[in-house]
Amino acid sequence: MPKRRQEALQIVWLVAWRELRDQLRDWRIIIPMFILTVILPFLANAGAQAAMNFASRYGTPLIAERLVPFLLLVVGFFPITVSLVIALEAFVGEKERGTIEPLLVSPLEDWQIYMGKLLAGTVAPLITSYLGIAVYLLGLVFQGIPLPDPNRMAQTLTLTTVQAFLMVSGAILISTQSTSVRAANLMSSFIIIPMALLIQGEAVMLFWGNDQVLWLAVAGVAVLTVLLARVGIAHFQREALLGREIDVLNLRWVGQVFWRAFKGQAKSVGQWYRLEVRAALRRQAPAIWVVTAIGLLSMAGGYALIQANLPSVSQDVMDEFSSILPVGVDVPSLDQFSFFYILGHNLRAVVVIFLLGLFSFGTLGALLFVLNTAVVGGLVSLLDVMGLSAWKVAVFGILPHGIFELPALVLSSASVLYVAIILVTPRSQRSLGEVSIEAIAECARLFVGVICPLFILAAAVETWVTPVLLSTFGG
Amino acid sequence: MIQTEDLSKQFGDFLAVDGVTINVQPGQVLALLGQNGAGKTTTVRMLTSLLAPTRGWARLAGYDVVREPTRVRSLVGVLTEQHGLYLRMTAVEYLDFYGKVFRLDSATRQKRSAELLDYFGITEFARRPIGQYSKGMRQKLALARTLLHEPPVLLLDEPTSAMDPESARLVRQAIAGLRSANRTIIICTHNLVEAELLADKIAIIYRGRILTQGTVEELRRSLLGPAEYNVRLRNGWRPGTLNLPPGVTLTGETDAGPRFRVEDPLAANPELLKSLIASGAEVVAMQEVPHTLEEIYLAAMSKVNDA
Repeated sequence: MPKRRQEALQIVWLVAWRELRDQLRDWRIIIPMFILTVILPFLANAGAQAAMNFASRYGTPLIAERLVPFLLLVVGFFPITVSLVIALEAFVGEKERGTIEPLLVSPLEDWQIYMGKLLAGTVAPLITSYLGIAVYLLGLVFQGIPLPDPNRMAQTLTLTTVQAFLMVSGAILISTQSTSVRAANLMSSFIIIPMALLIQGEAVMLFWGNDQVLWLAVAGVAVLTVLLARVGIAHFQREALLGREIDVLNLRWVGQVFWRAFKGQAKSVGQWYRLEVRAALRRQAPAIWVVTAIGLLSMAGGYALIQANLPSVSQDVMDEFSSILPVGVDVPSLDQFSFFYILGHNLRAVVVIFLLGLFSFGTLGALLFVLNTAVVGGLVSLLDVMGLSAWKVAVFGILPHGIFELPALVLSSASVLYVAIILVTPRSQRSLGEVSIEAIAECARLFVGVICPLFILAAAVETWVTPVLLSTFGG
Repeated sequence: MIQTEDLSKQFGDFLAVDGVTINVQPGQVLALLGQNGAGKTTTVRMLTSLLAPTRGWARLAGYDVVREPTRVRSLVGVLTEQHGLYLRMTAVEYLDFYGKVFRLDSATRQKRSAELLDYFGITEFARRPIGQYSKGMRQKLALARTLLHEPPVLLLDEPTSAMDPESARLVRQAIAGLRSANRTIIICTHNLVEAELLADKIAIIYRGRILTQGTVEELRRSLLGPAEYNVRLRNGWRPGTLNLPPGVTLTGETDAGPRFRVEDPLAANPELLKSLIASGAEVVAMQEVPHTLEEIYLAAMSKVNDA
């Protein structure tokens, strides 16, 4: 590592170590950590023992087998909740105590201060968490309860680590954007609620015993952590940190910023289309190309997946599937596919993609887009496997409205990716709120100007043209 | 050393600093004098690259505050309005931390810390948590932090605010001791005594604008007019017999004697004395009427209010 880089990283550790030392001198942090390291694992051990007894009495070994790694997850997770408290006040707490300004007028770089705080918020709770896990595992050994397999243990440790970093990244981001510790605490629900949902999902996966999905969760959480940290550093502003005194939800200002960004310089609708919509398309072009490539790949993937797996599935299973489908799934009849039904369905889909993408830096939105396009590929493949003329269906059943619908889907997915890119890009002298509103306004520009008209055309063609073409030429 | 031109900062609709132009030479101490909310702290924050100016520019030690913020921050020592100390640390740990932040090597850190702790009389308490220090000691430790990397520019924001008189006096003495030929200091204060005691130049700031600036003498002359002299006579005052020299005006009289305004004291005072003696007055004493910085400040304020 170059010497300059090494020195820069040493400063990060210096900031973190100063804070860690402060934490370790605060009994309000030490006592909960001690309890979570020593007492909680013993409680978990008692729980595991009770589960084993229950299993042996009623012959349900699976419950005990799955409960042991679940408790491992719990023992690892509880101490890292402390990180939230530490990280939430990392910046705003120092601001309230007046200690942040000398640090900000020092020659430290923004990223050094930010990463130092991130590390300081994570290290102590993580060590506590690892110690708690060790105590719990030791307890299992002494109780004669079989340890979870190494893969599961590695998974839990990795999950605990990435979750700690995720919580701290989110909390530090909140801390840089808050006016007071109180405000930061109030905003912590933006971390607690998604984390609670995530843990519940992970618990379900643990009981289900689905390793693959849990590793995917690890990867997803890791990506989200990196993106959150990136957003934090990109929008870390010494000026904003010192300047903000009170939080006021200024709806008028929000409306003005949104309208300014939505309208641009245009003085008429025609001008807006010619200048602003075109400019938005130009700016979002890289995202549009990326999403198009992803769409084509997932379409090919969907096609290949069905080709590879469907012929091996026995006819019996297919028959069985067909017999249960009408009972379990509410499939609308063809009469229900009215213009408004199709338009509503499409608009709902892009709104869901946009909203999910907005809260996950585009990842969940992209996932939905990938699923949608993979289904199209899979559908064509399915027809192929069933011996129907796939190209006819594609040309007469998908292409007529797909010409409008697929670009609209690509544009809406690209928009959410664009917002994510904007959020992780540093903008000096602009607040995170301002940048977010402007990016959303630009997406709204495309939504109103291009996506909606395309969906209207697609729904019209799908309602009145595609069925005719399909019945005439589709066979 | 510190140069600004039309330096301005706007927060939304509020213009916090409006066209501040100052030039402080090496070795000079400038007091930025103004009431709370006048724009002193905002000016200091722009000078330390914490706030970006909305208009104008500023250079510290030759470096632009917008283009070279890291360089500027490494050359400036800032005493912030709140001392900014970590109360669970000891003074030794605290200075060592900031020494590392300013990339001083281990030997320099130890030497400078020991020197500064000794200079400010904190050595005895250096290994106690800062939380146990008095307000004056805390402020002195914050000053020690400010000086740790021997910066050529010092910005001291309200160095004695909310301190008891004794602590404030100690801190003022410490600041007075910081003057050197190549160090430039700006002190932001609303304390007139402090400004008069410590500064070579005074800039009065009001609602973000510099109303006037110069030495105390220059300000006195420009705001209160020419110097006035009280003359004490033994045999009483009889105005009819006096022939006043040019540039001297009678402005008042007391039981003890008259008061004169003199445009050019150096030339006119000997002539005035001669005239008084020639008129038969027995002069016991002739003394300049003292004008405090408070009067100067109030005169500046009343000018603004009149305008």
